[in-house]
Amino acid sequence: MLKTNFRLLFLLIFLLIPTPVLAMHIMEGFLPVKWVIFWDLVTLPFIMVGFIRLQREATQGPGAKLMLAFAGAFIFVLSALKMPSVTGSCSHPTGTGLAAILFGPFITTVLGFIVLIFQALLLAHGGLTTLGANTFSMAVAGPLVAYGVYKGLQKAGINSNFSIFLAAMLGDLVTYIVTSVQLALAFPGSSLFLSALKFMGIFALTQIPLAISEGILTVLTYNFLSRYEDAKIWVEKGEH
Amino acid sequence: MRTFTNIILLILVIALIAVPMFLVKGEFSGADELASRVIEKQDPNYKPWFSPVWEPPSGEIESFLFALQAALGAGVVGFYLGYLKGKKEGKNVNGTVGLSKSFKEN
Repeated sequence: MLKTNFRLLFLLIFLLIPTPVLAMHIMEGFLPVKWVIFWDLVTLPFIMVGFIRLQREATQGPGAKLMLAFAGAFIFVLSALKMPSVTGSCSHPTGTGLAAILFGPFITTVLGFIVLIFQALLLAHGGLTTLGANTFSMAVAGPLVAYGVYKGLQKAGINSNFSIFLAAMLGDLVTYIVTSVQLALAFPGSSLFLSALKFMGIFALTQIPLAISEGILTVLTYNFLSRYEDAKIWVEKGEH
Repeated sequence: MRTFTNIILLILVIALIAVPMFLVKGEFSGADELASRVIEKQDPNYKPWFSPVWEPPSGEIESFLFALQAALGAGVVGFYLGYLKGKKEGKNVNGTVGLSKSFKEN
């Protein structure tokens, strides 16, 4: 018991020491084959449903394609920005919260998937073997949480700006928590829990201030959109 | 939301990025290695079994591609926001959707 406490204490200290790291997606080749297959299979249905919904959405009314391109471009920009964080390392926001609020989680899966392919092929960032796992964390789990938090808070009658902020922030943070769990599942060492904690010290801790930034930027962008008649169709869809 | 609130929020975002740069002594770069070092500790026998099909030949090229990604995205974002603004202004002048009167006359 005492030994466990010491190990936990050591881990907490380890978590608080700033360490230089480029915290992002799971690197190419860094997941064992069985986990590659597992995450591909888990992610596939979300992508398929997403494509069907995307096709349906693209034909809905004027400006639908533009609005979809906009939501995708928002993810594209935010995930290209490597920002410094309090841990002394860099990471990037995901940008998926906005798309999840506007179009729901499934369409967001497809948009995020496209960004991840770009980064895997041209930037050696993430990877093709880890594409399923990375898509799951950034474009399935993150958007699902963002969407759920937003809808839940809306139903509870919470202020709309605060709902959007919290949805985008938690969606961002969950992405990196899931990444840590994915790595811990593949590399549990002696304890799955401790392993997850170690990876979170790298991925999730760095992400906290960036998640807050993403929350604020999403609120600003959403409010800007809601000022215009054309964008209101999607903005209002997100509100019921 | 009022413009004032928006400005405060933007300053907050900038502060969130700038403060770590000034206050934290870090390399702010480098190693994806920390995660891989943890992996090595957890499973010393593990060897990455696949390497990227293509890697940017240098850091310069990599930052070029990252800048390209941001530029493409920002281009589309800016285009759409400009489109919304232009359309609304066109509506205000004519009462219908379309180009503003003064723009048509040119």
